[in-house]
Amino acid sequence: MNKITRRQALGTAAGALSALGTAGATAHAAAADSRASIPAGTVDEVYQGRRIRITPAESGGGHHGGHHGGGHDGLPTVRIDGRELHVMRNADGTWISVVNHYETYADPASLARAAVRELQGAVLAPFAPMGGTA
Amino acid sequence: MTVRKNQAALTPEEKRAFTNALLELKRTGVYDRFVTTHNGFIMSDTDSGDRVGHRSPSFLPWHRRFLLEFEAALQKVDPKVALPYWDWTADRTSRSSLWAPDFLGGTGRARDGQVTDGPFAYAGGKWEVNVRVDGRAYLRRALGSGVAELPTKAEVESVLSMPVYDMAPWNSSSNGFRNHLEGWRGANLHNRVHVWVGGQMGTGVSPNDPVFWMHHAYVDKLWAEWQARHPKSTYLPAAGTANVIDLNDTMRPWNDVTPADLLDHRKFYTFDTEPVPAAAASQR
Repeated sequence: MNKITRRQALGTAAGALSALGTAGATAHAAAADSRASIPAGTVDEVYQGRRIRITPAESGGGHHGGHHGGGHDGLPTVRIDGRELHVMRNADGTWISVVNHYETYADPASLARAAVRELQGAVLAPFAPMGGTA
Repeated sequence: MTVRKNQAALTPEEKRAFTNALLELKRTGVYDRFVTTHNGFIMSDTDSGDRVGHRSPSFLPWHRRFLLEFEAALQKVDPKVALPYWDWTADRTSRSSLWAPDFLGGTGRARDGQVTDGPFAYAGGKWEVNVRVDGRAYLRRALGSGVAELPTKAEVESVLSMPVYDMAPWNSSSNGFRNHLEGWRGANLHNRVHVWVGGQMGTGVSPNDPVFWMHHAYVDKLWAEWQARHPKSTYLPAAGTANVIDLNDTMRPWNDVTPADLLDHRKFYTFDTEPVPAAAASQR
């Protein structure tokens, strides 16, 4: 089974904290200890050895850089080891990504973890929305 | 006239002709252009914006046109080739002859999902995955891993019995035949098969696995069966609908073909389960 519980996911993230050193420790500690103080939907965790960072849409406008293409606005930015994962939200509120396109996930964190499992250590290809002009 | 046959009924020669034509399209780069087109639509078709290839009424005519174009490319290589269809309600295990070394090869190995037998195994040197979502250049599969069971005949039957083609809001939350066949709601037919195969088939670059064409040829056949069963039901929406393809709207990327042009598959091909048309029979 691929499903993991929230408790297991948090345990994984917390367990990874000590290995990460001081660089990201403050953000990690905030995520673990006072999650209400950071924007809802923010994720910064290590899952199966991969760094998952999710920035909610509201605070994500500044770092899309040259990625502007159709359909990206209003979506969180999901990164795995720094590479952006193309994600989409379905009308029923569930999520899919370009890595897991034909099955839905309840939230971006579950979606990112599914991508990590599917990648089996491989790196994401450069993010390239096509804007419907393919 | 092209006759699309059940893959389980192909002769060894027909299997070889089909896989050889696939390898030739791969060699010339034609194949990868189809993968690129598909992924572009996967990433741009959204529930709240413009949508053509997926999660919308034109899912079926868009893929019909996409398959016709691909079949024409195959027939440029070998005029005798037609797209076979994979009836996954009947051939529903990884032991099916579909996955044998003389056809598509089998599931991927445990370590990295790599397909290691058949014409598309990476070691054979003829099937590099170039259009991809990650760094892996080899064909991958994980048959029956992402979901254990393929859709059953009873589940297909329940979807074919739905009388209305599609409904507002014309996306992945719609009720009706199209969305239940596509699989965002209910029994989940088409989407589930992608997940059952796994590997590239579960991603936006799913046409990297040649089984994509045989899966969609069967989805296309189910559309034709639904039409035959509901002769008074028509493609919807008819006109004036934002963001989606109405009956007489042209579809990207071709811009010269509408759902109305594609409703009758017998203009282009027949299935081996149908009577041979008189015109085609007279040519034999």
